[in-house]
Amino acid sequence: MALLNERDTVDNGLYGAVGEFEDEDRLFDAIERVRHKGYSKLEAYTPFALHGLDEALGSKPSKLGWFVLCCGTLGATAAATFIWWSGAIDYPIVVGGKPLFAFTFSIPIMFELMILFSAFGSLYGMLGINRLPRFYHPIFNYTNSERITDDSFVLAIESEDPQFDADECVRVLEEAGARYAEVVAK
Amino acid sequence: MADLASVIREECNPPMLSRDMSYHDITDQISSVTEWKKTPKQWWILITITSSLLLLLLAMLTYLVSTGIGVWGNNSPAGWAWDITNFVWWIGIGHAGTLISAILFLLRQKWRTAINRAAEAMTIFAVACAAIFPLFHTGRPWRAVYWLFPIPNTYLHMWQNYRSPLEWDVFAVSTYGTVSILFWYTGLIPDLATLRDRSPNGLRKVMYGIFSLGWRGSSTHWKHYEKAYMILAGISTPLVLSVHTIVSFDFAVSVIPGWHTTVFPPYFVGGAIFSGFAMVMTLLLLSRWALHLENIITMRHLEVMNKVILATSMIVGYSYGTEFFIAWYSGDIYERFHFFNRITGPYWWAWWTMCICNVVIPQFFWVKKMRRNIAVMFIISITTNIGMWFERFVIIVLSLHRDFLPSSWGYFRPTWVDVCTYLGTFGLFLTLYLLFVKFLPMIAIGEVKSTLSAQNHVEHVYAHYLETYEGAETKETHGLA
Repeated sequence: MALLNERDTVDNGLYGAVGEFEDEDRLFDAIERVRHKGYSKLEAYTPFALHGLDEALGSKPSKLGWFVLCCGTLGATAAATFIWWSGAIDYPIVVGGKPLFAFTFSIPIMFELMILFSAFGSLYGMLGINRLPRFYHPIFNYTNSERITDDSFVLAIESEDPQFDADECVRVLEEAGARYAEVVAK
Repeated sequence: MADLASVIREECNPPMLSRDMSYHDITDQISSVTEWKKTPKQWWILITITSSLLLLLLAMLTYLVSTGIGVWGNNSPAGWAWDITNFVWWIGIGHAGTLISAILFLLRQKWRTAINRAAEAMTIFAVACAAIFPLFHTGRPWRAVYWLFPIPNTYLHMWQNYRSPLEWDVFAVSTYGTVSILFWYTGLIPDLATLRDRSPNGLRKVMYGIFSLGWRGSSTHWKHYEKAYMILAGISTPLVLSVHTIVSFDFAVSVIPGWHTTVFPPYFVGGAIFSGFAMVMTLLLLSRWALHLENIITMRHLEVMNKVILATSMIVGYSYGTEFFIAWYSGDIYERFHFFNRITGPYWWAWWTMCICNVVIPQFFWVKKMRRNIAVMFIISITTNIGMWFERFVIIVLSLHRDFLPSSWGYFRPTWVDVCTYLGTFGLFLTLYLLFVKFLPMIAIGEVKSTLSAQNHVEHVYAHYLETYEGAETKETHGLA
C-alpha cells in the first residue's frame, strides 16, 4: 500500500494530455464528455474569455473582488486619516475661516484614493492570483501552443489527475472531438 | 414571417462584423498593422511632422521655464487663459476613452470592442498633454511637485490645503492618468501574448514576451482577468464622472460670476464626452482609412458614435440655456452683466463660434444620410472640437476679463508662445498615437473575437429558427443555407 502511494506521487515528468478543438462549441462539448469519464484536473486554454467555461470546468468564481474591496477601503481611510493628521494635528493653519478638518472637504480625495488603490489592487491582485509574471509553463511545450492566442481551443487533462494515463487520455480527447492531441512534457 | 423577422433583425441589430470572418482573420488583420515588413512611407511622413511639432513644444517649454510665465499672455485680470483652457480641453478629450472602455462595457455595448483600445490610448495621451499646462503655469515645475503632492520636504515646511478644489484636482487628474494606464495595460496583456506568439524569434518576441507577462490564456487566467477587467470598468465609471466634476469645482467653488454655478459638474462632464467622442471620431476615420480597417470599424460603429455626439451636443446646448436662465433669474447684476457681455461684449465672436459649432452644426446628425457620410462626420468631428475649445475659452477668459470694477477690466490676447505651445501639444499627442499604432494592437483582438463568437451564436439560433419554421427555400434567400 505504501509502495503504491509512493508510485502515485512520483513525478512522471509529464504535464498532461493536450487536445486541440476547432471552435468553442466543440470545446464545451468535449469538456462535458471528458468530465463525464471522471477526469477532474482539467484546464482549458482559449484565445478569448468564454462565458460559462468556469461552470463547465467546475471551478469556483474568482475571489478577486474581496481583495479589491480591502484595497479601496484602505485608500479611502488613508486619505481621510492623512488629511486629518496633516491639517489638524501636524500643521494646523486656518484658511478662509474653514475648519481644520471636516469629513465633507475630504470626500473628493478619499474617493480618488479609493479608486486609485482599487485599480492597483485589481491589476496586481489579478496577476498575483494568476501567478504572473511567469515566463515558463509546460503548455508552451505543446506543439501548437502559438495558436492558443490565435484561434485554437485547447483542453488539457493534467497529470495530477488520479485517473491519469497518458495514452488513454490522448485517446479520450480524440474521441471527444479533438482535431489533434498529444502528450506534453513538463 | 421570415421576411419580417429578418427585416427586424437587420434593422434593429445588424451584425457588427462581416459574416465570413474567422478568428484567425481577426488576429491576422489587426496584428499585421504592427508587423509591417517595411513601414509605409506615409507613416514616416506623418511622424516627421508630428515630432517636429513635439520639438516645438519642447522649445516653447524651455523658453517658458528659462524666461518666466510672462511669455504667455496671461495677465491681470485674466490670470488663467490659454493654459487652463487647453488643460480643460485636453482632459475632456480623454474622457471619451474611459466612457467607451468602461461605461459601454458595463452597459454591454458590444460595438465598443472595435474602438475601445484606440480610445483608451487617446485618453492617456490626452491626459499627458493636459498635465503639461497646470504643471508649467506654476513656472517652476520641478518645485511644483512639493506644492502639489504631500511629499515631506525641508523647503516648504507645510502641507497642502485640502480644503481647496485645486488640490482635489491634483488628486483627480493624477489618479485618472494612473488608472487609465492600468486599465489600458490590463486590456493589452492577452493581445500582447498574441503578438508574442506570432513574432519570429528575436527582439520583438522578447519584448512582447516580457510585457505579456507569460500570459497563456488558461481558463483560470481568464476567470480572474475578467473579474479584474470588470472591476476596473466599474471603478473607472465613477472616476471619469468625478474627474471633470472636480475640474469644474476649480471654477464653481469660486465667487466669480460665470463660474459660480451649480450646473457645472454635469455640464462639464457632458461637454467632455462630446468633445472626446469627436476626437475619437477624427482619429478613427483617419486610422480606418489609412490602415484599411473598414470591415472592423464599420459604418454602424460610426453611426452609433454620431448619435452619441448628437445627444451630448443637446446636453451641452441645454446647459448653455440653463446658465443664461439662472443668470437672469438670480437677479444678480454681476451675473446678468456677465452673460449679456458674453454675447455682445468684446469676445462676442468666441461665444458665437462656440454656439454654432457645438449646438447648431451637430443638428445635421438628425438625418440618417448625414450620420453615415464620412466627409460630413469628419468635418463635424473637427468643428465640435473647435467649439469645445471655445467653450472653455468663453468660461475661463470671458469670466475674468471684466472684473467687478471697470477699472480692472482688460482684454486678453494670446502671445506667439501661447499659440506654439498649444500646437506643440498636438505634436506630443499625435506622435504618441502614431507610435501606439505601430507597436501595439490598436484594436482589442480578444474582445473582437468574443463579439464574433456572440454574433455567430445569434446567427446559429436564427438559422435554427428558419429551419424549424420555414422551408429550405427561405433559408437560401437569406444566405444561411
